[in-house]
Amino acid sequence: MSEKKYSKQHEWITIEGDVATVGITKHAAEMLGDVVFVELPEKGKNVEKEGQAGVVESTKAASDVYTPITGEITDTNQSIVDDPGAVNKDPEGASWFFKIKIKNKSELDQLMSKADYDKFAKENPS
Amino acid sequence: METQKTALYNYHKSLGAKFVPFAGYEMPVQYSSGIVDEHKLTRSIAGMFDVSHMGQLSIEGSEELAIELEKIIPIDLKKIRLNQSKYSFLTNEEGGIYDDLIVTKVEKGFNIILNAACKNNDFKIISGSLKDKFKITLHKNLSLVALQGPKSSQILEKIISGVSSLKFMNGNKFSYNSRDVYITRSGYTGEDGFEISISNESVEDFAKKLTSQNVKPIGLGARDTLRLEAGLCLYGHDINESTSPIEANLKWAISKRRREEGGFVGYKKIKSDLNGSLSRLRIGIKPEGKIIAREGVKIFSEDGKEIGSITSGTFGPSVNGPIAMGYVKLNFTRPGTKVFLEVRGKKHEAKISELPFYKKSYVR
Repeated sequence: MSEKKYSKQHEWITIEGDVATVGITKHAAEMLGDVVFVELPEKGKNVEKEGQAGVVESTKAASDVYTPITGEITDTNQSIVDDPGAVNKDPEGASWFFKIKIKNKSELDQLMSKADYDKFAKENPS
Repeated sequence: METQKTALYNYHKSLGAKFVPFAGYEMPVQYSSGIVDEHKLTRSIAGMFDVSHMGQLSIEGSEELAIELEKIIPIDLKKIRLNQSKYSFLTNEEGGIYDDLIVTKVEKGFNIILNAACKNNDFKIISGSLKDKFKITLHKNLSLVALQGPKSSQILEKIISGVSSLKFMNGNKFSYNSRDVYITRSGYTGEDGFEISISNESVEDFAKKLTSQNVKPIGLGARDTLRLEAGLCLYGHDINESTSPIEANLKWAISKRRREEGGFVGYKKIKSDLNGSLSRLRIGIKPEGKIIAREGVKIFSEDGKEIGSITSGTFGPSVNGPIAMGYVKLNFTRPGTKVFLEVRGKKHEAKISELPFYKKSYVR
């Protein structure tokens, strides 16, 4: 698996061959608070870089989840729909949101490294 | 206007509070363990809420004051007993609600607790109506702490002896560190509990006494989930200047004599609502599944007609599911009625529900 990358919308992404796995960052999960509802995109749907690809709600508010790259949704994590609280427990591991077939590898170059993201998140808390 | 802080601000900070601006104040929305945990702790043991942003108004006077206040507050202020509290509201000319409030009869007159966002306007309305005939004070030197939960009485009794004998919606003067405090048995969570009016100088010391008794501080986030499970209105959302108390299903809060005799601002509209001109009613709604319907979500009938909208909605940690309140047309108010909620462009099934969503017995 490749190095994990991060977006300005607080998503993380890992790449395996031509498929990437996307979720929300630990920082995003902490900012949201207790996650009580998750809506995921439909399998087979084509999504554009930085386009909406899901919804996550805490007791306080609803937030959109965006895709860091363009592509086709190939799989979604039903377990976080059934147990939304799992997103707070393991946001950057078991609680991934969706898998996406990469359309344009160069889009990955525009994403941040962990060190850059940590700095970004500190300066842009939400 | 500059953001204000309550006397407990630094203490909240030391407890790990996350702050949000609310009604001109920096208030804790949650602490480190999160809203769901805070909610459950309040339901199982007891939680401490800083509600010092709320207005604490006192008006001095006797029978004449009761007569004057009845012109703007629709409860029986002649019959209210010493130290008894009543839920009520300030009504406007159109029968809408300027604010909801708690009135307590005290030795010198009346104490009134007002919503933070409304308190300055309320002061103008009340003092304007009373025309300088009575001494009226919006206290800036007083804090207000709520202790809520099944163990509240046991815990507070250890700190201030005698409080456990108070009945629900009753208050009295007590002493803390040889200073006067006024305590009512009341709250906004659906749990047994107390509201303690205490000087700004003593409040941090008092709050520390509570937390040393295993009481956790609770933020505005859990305050909202708790009150919504208890079916209680949030001013500015479930009730406002264009909802009548009758539409809001708060008929019970208008004394019988006042419903019949009137003599208060907005009575014309309220009387006609009581006499059958009512067209909508506040109800509880339980969405099927996990979808959360928040304020503004439209409500549809089974045959696709728009019949109302949601005024508050969240996830109820003790109900363990989504809950909401809203207004629907009168023929859709029966519990169990199937309706549809339009969330992000899709319609989701829901059912009209009885209120409250979560029920506990109060000490009477």
